[in-house]
Amino acid sequence: MALPLFDPREDPGPSFTALLAREGVGEMTTSRDHGVTVAHGTTVLALRYADGVVMAGDRRATEGHAIAHRAMEKVFAADRYSAVAIAGSAGMAVEMVRLFQVQLEHYEKVEGVTLSLEGKANQLAQMVRAHLPMAMQGFVVVPLFCGYDLARGTGRIFTYDAAGGHYEETDFQATGSGGRDARGTIKLGYRDDLSRDEAVELAVLALYEAADADSATGGPDLVRGIYPIVATVTDTGYERLGDDEVAERFGATIERRRERHGDAGGSLR
Amino acid sequence: MSMPYYVAPEQVMKDRAEYAQKGIARGRSLIASVYGDGILLVAENPSHTLHKISEIYDRVAFAGVGKYNEYDQLRVAGVRHADTKGFTYSREDVDARSLANLYAQYLGNVFTHEMKPLEVEILVAELGSGSRPTQLFHVAYEGTITDEDDFAVLGGEAEPIREQFAASFAPGWTLTEALGAAAEALAGPERTLGAADLEAAVLTDGNGRRTFRRLDDDELGSLLSN
Repeated sequence: MALPLFDPREDPGPSFTALLAREGVGEMTTSRDHGVTVAHGTTVLALRYADGVVMAGDRRATEGHAIAHRAMEKVFAADRYSAVAIAGSAGMAVEMVRLFQVQLEHYEKVEGVTLSLEGKANQLAQMVRAHLPMAMQGFVVVPLFCGYDLARGTGRIFTYDAAGGHYEETDFQATGSGGRDARGTIKLGYRDDLSRDEAVELAVLALYEAADADSATGGPDLVRGIYPIVATVTDTGYERLGDDEVAERFGATIERRRERHGDAGGSLR
Repeated sequence: MSMPYYVAPEQVMKDRAEYAQKGIARGRSLIASVYGDGILLVAENPSHTLHKISEIYDRVAFAGVGKYNEYDQLRVAGVRHADTKGFTYSREDVDARSLANLYAQYLGNVFTHEMKPLEVEILVAELGSGSRPTQLFHVAYEGTITDEDDFAVLGGEAEPIREQFAASFAPGWTLTEALGAAAEALAGPERTLGAADLEAAVLTDGNGRRTFRRLDDDELGSLLSN
């Protein structure tokens, strides 16, 4: 590798993707083979609460009706104050997240300042848009982005469609095959002044309901000890909850449901 | 037809070296030192926005003295190189040695082939981990590369500063001791330097993947007053 120095008129600036294009590295090739089955990731969600945002995602990846992975991670720290979760074609989604993470850090290092939260959301939209040819072939990637806006002092959530359109959500959103069930659960339990504990509880419950109704969404795997990923983003940054805490919350929900033979028993728990 | 004057290659090189040295000597100096928990980089720099010390990658930092636009261009190239390499291969494949070699080749090339040599001296520091040792690579304006285990001094007035700093250096010393000694050495016998005159950063473990951290004025002030 040579030292990447550029003439000022051809300088790629702080954009890592522009740099890769100039260097001809890592260009995604398109597949013409429509018969391939690729792993798909399923339910991810985000909801705002008093101190920031909670983001959560199940761990299952499917290939058709088969379970491809049981411990896949779909929630990632994008940088210190933002998180990204992915649903859709798993391999490409993970690769997109990796590129997005480097893109944010690259900008920060070259420019000496971090991008605004809005700027990060726009960057991700451009990546989803660049992915459109692949989405047309069936490899759809739909991320969910959230972060703590230090300038406004609040958590914010952005959703995307396969064409790269991005929309800011006021309170919560869930995507993936179990997203509808998760969204329904959050909608019933949501208040705009939820505490961290309440917000985490609601996220866990939404994932439980999604896994309960959607075959492609994985619930808590008590046998293997694999639990969904839950993370918070606040003014102190991204923090992933420990498996112990998540396991305890799922355990409590399961215990309550067992007593009621599977239903919620008239309360949202 | 008029013939160009013959100038001996020795003379050309000597003139270029002199030119570069003069340019570098116009700026302030910089010290990098290994301490108990990592690497400390300190520069005399009254500006709070035009940095001499910067982050390149998870465990690699860059420092430059001399002409700002020239070393900043090298810094950006370093970030680009490291990010591309880490993205193509793996984060652990990014190391200071290969980057310092690239810098050395580039500086050497410019020094021999271009009209004007770069008026910079740079340092690439890597915080060790596992089997990789902590290292400081010092690259001079003509491409000479040296690796240091303990400390490095960059700048036009490097010699007296190096002598003074070497006298106080102790392996495994604390951040406070290292910073105090660096501030004293940079100031020389007739001045004292406060937090506002210095730019400092450390490479140290304990803060996650990215080990680079700037010391702000408050932290610098309290460390210097101890």
